[in-house]
Amino acid sequence: MSEHIVSLKVYVIIAAALMIGTSLTVVAGKMDFPGPLNVIIALTIACVKATLVVLYFMHVRYSSKLVWLIFASAVFWLAILFSLTFADYWTRSWLVP
Amino acid sequence: MNRKKFEETKPEAEEGNTLAESIAMDQHDSTHGHPALQHHFENMEQQREAGTIGIWVFLVTEIMFFGGMFFAYTLYRSQYPMEFASASNHLDLTMGTINTAVLILSSFTMALGVYSAQVGKQRNLVISLALTIFLGLVFLGIKAVEYHEKYVDHLIPGRLFPGNPFDPSGIHPLPGANPQKMEMFYWIYFAMTGMHAIHMIIGVGLLSVIMYFAARGRYGPEYHSPVEVSGLYWHFVDIIWIFLFPLLYLLGRHFQH
Repeated sequence: MSEHIVSLKVYVIIAAALMIGTSLTVVAGKMDFPGPLNVIIALTIACVKATLVVLYFMHVRYSSKLVWLIFASAVFWLAILFSLTFADYWTRSWLVP
Repeated sequence: MNRKKFEETKPEAEEGNTLAESIAMDQHDSTHGHPALQHHFENMEQQREAGTIGIWVFLVTEIMFFGGMFFAYTLYRSQYPMEFASASNHLDLTMGTINTAVLILSSFTMALGVYSAQVGKQRNLVISLALTIFLGLVFLGIKAVEYHEKYVDHLIPGRLFPGNPFDPSGIHPLPGANPQKMEMFYWIYFAMTGMHAIHMIIGVGLLSVIMYFAARGRYGPEYHSPVEVSGLYWHFVDIIWIFLFPLLYLLGRHFQH
């Protein structure tokens, strides 16, 4: 498959969206939301920003299936790293000495 | 329309050739003989694709590398939430926000660089790379000012500097925070931002080399893999910061009213 050239317009829109996301995360970080909502909002904005960078700046949206697979494998192994290690730490308190 | 031009100049025979045919074509067809084509690739397209896959595999290892540190952060923050919030509130939010904007802007100029190479605008490519390097250096400069502030405030963890051990007395503790445990936040802060800064320094070095070759006219629509690959690395470093910024600078601001 041949190379896809992303247009300048798309780059400008993505850069603007990333700047808006940055302002949003600062404003939301100063507001007091109930429970764990603060960290959830912060991480959601960060994930949306990261996805925009990966899809458009890093051209994954226009890349071959193999590149998609390689990136998905990173997310998958990261999920294993977090879930299995946390499974250990979370359940340690279950053991009553 | 530039895209069309690129398509026209592309070598025609790419698919459906046996290896022997391609080798024969290499010898007869001048369109196959791009000076940057390595002998172990069949054509420029295959070479470009292999380079892209190569850098992505490297970036996966980088994601796992930073993933370990993000895990350490998550674990200690869940154990010492108020200590982390108090220590984080001492960071300079203004500088952190400016740095985030600087880095996003540098990713944008990097993307413009790749675009310029793809459409064959050599002058714009060099300018974009120079801007990206400049913004990277601005980021590192602001980071250095922040690090110095932490040094002045006795917030370098451990006893790295003789006579200047870690001292949390300058941090305003939130209710329920034990100042003794705030050092952990600064270990993680310096480990993660320090490792990120090292990646930035490597990136600036990499882009300087690319800019040197770009100025000598090495890259154009047919061959610009090094620009593309360095760009992917640069964007990756940007993504790490996109996560570091809210996690390190913004985690306790809502307690401050």
